[in-house]
Amino acid sequence: MDVFLQQCVNAISLGGIYALLALGLAVVFSIVRLINFAHGEVMTVAGYAIWLALVSSVPVAAAILLGVIVAMLASVAMERVAFRAMRGANVTSLLITSFAVSEIIKVLFQNGISARPVPIVLPPWMSGSINFGFLTISVMSVISITVVILALIVLTFILTRTTLGVAMRAAAEDFPVVRLVGIKANHVVALAFAISGVLAGVSAVLWVAQRGSVDPLMGAAPVLKAFIATVLGGLGSLSGAVLGGFAVGIVEVFLQGYLPDSVAPYREAISLSIIIAILVLRPDGLLPAQNVNRS
Amino acid sequence: MLAVENLVMRYGPVEALRGISFNVRQGEIVALLGANGAGKSTTLAAIAGLLKPTSGTVTYHGRPVSGLPPETLSRQGISLVPEGRRIFASLSVAENLWLGGASHATAEERRIRQNQLEERFPILRERTRQKAGLLSGGEQQMLAIARALMSKPKLLLLDEPSLGLAPQMVERVFDLITTLRDEGITILLVEQNVPMSLAIADHGVVLANGRVAMAGTGVELARNSKITETYLAA
Repeated sequence: MDVFLQQCVNAISLGGIYALLALGLAVVFSIVRLINFAHGEVMTVAGYAIWLALVSSVPVAAAILLGVIVAMLASVAMERVAFRAMRGANVTSLLITSFAVSEIIKVLFQNGISARPVPIVLPPWMSGSINFGFLTISVMSVISITVVILALIVLTFILTRTTLGVAMRAAAEDFPVVRLVGIKANHVVALAFAISGVLAGVSAVLWVAQRGSVDPLMGAAPVLKAFIATVLGGLGSLSGAVLGGFAVGIVEVFLQGYLPDSVAPYREAISLSIIIAILVLRPDGLLPAQNVNRS
Repeated sequence: MLAVENLVMRYGPVEALRGISFNVRQGEIVALLGANGAGKSTTLAAIAGLLKPTSGTVTYHGRPVSGLPPETLSRQGISLVPEGRRIFASLSVAENLWLGGASHATAEERRIRQNQLEERFPILRERTRQKAGLLSGGEQQMLAIARALMSKPKLLLLDEPSLGLAPQMVERVFDLITTLRDEGITILLVEQNVPMSLAIADHGVVLANGRVAMAGTGVELARNSKITETYLAA
């Protein structure tokens, strides 16, 4: 029983990171129809910013904050430099642009720093664990889950209580009319990328803290999972992205924990098969986006 | 107030507008009439900044405005109620109104304006927390107009406001348009209901195949029997 609860905590903590990344992808997709494969590189940028700050003996809290801010700036800069010129282009062109941005950033880190992982040393208390009687939970899991919940609360506040946040939800439905009522398109798009960047930055902090190192390819794997999560939840649907993220995390952790050794190498194949099965039953995802596609 | 001169709009080989010109004077209702595909909605979209004209000019209060983005034109007092209403269905009624005035007023002014509009459209107050997509067609039209009025427009562009509404609702919409004109808002109205439009319009412009086929006062056009022929000939 305690092993099962232990796995539940792990699943929620991993699923939470996927949920934040998936939300970042969904926020941008819902507005500019861009599936941003360079989202993982925003994580990588944040990871290296944290590494650089810690190497320069900046305090841990400041380094983490810096990582998140750098991720936000990187995401907004990506939009200005690469995606703004492509606004209104078809989904394929946007997708290829994001692959290009992703490759360029990877190569820059490989050649500029190192292709090999660099270590991140966090204070020892963060890698400890807390004993709840019958249940032992790692401090990192507690932090992850808390941070994910806080991020979701803040995002909900922005989307329902601020003008630009409400405009973002409206833009996911009908962008031209948002402009007709006088709201600047560039502001809405910039906010979407900023939010997406902050979510990637927060995910990067949690990811790096659990792994203890940063490398040029660190963002690729989690963002691929997050992409699967957004499709599973319903592409462009924000609540769908969160649900999808947790679903992917739960499937991954439980297969890892309970599959017999002989089939363990097929873990990814089995988890993707489960997701394909869900999509066969619900082709628009678990919680489809409500936007009406006008052409 | 608004002068459209020689407006041309081309989509590839298709010429939607082939050089149309007309004026809208301050305080007037001008009805833009014509068969489906005559270019009425295209004209409104070009004035509101949703479409960039191929050539020709739009002058508003003496300044050229063609090619400006819709958000700038909205801030200068031009407000379009688009065809098919296009309210934000997944947002609440209150959020729709909020966005309507978001770029034009402080939070306090917005609250006052929303109150005034809710007095005019009591149904919007009753449904304030409801998702706008759950309103009936007529209520959605009221919301679309109220959303446009949140910005206190000087020039209101209405694209087929009575389309698909019950007869009783159609009458309410036309009454409302007259009231708004009397309150000082200049109105450019695109409509398929020709008799009712000409009855309230100060001037009318009839489009056919992307050109101005006829123009005159509402009374003149209403008396002219040829208008029905021109209008019905697609």
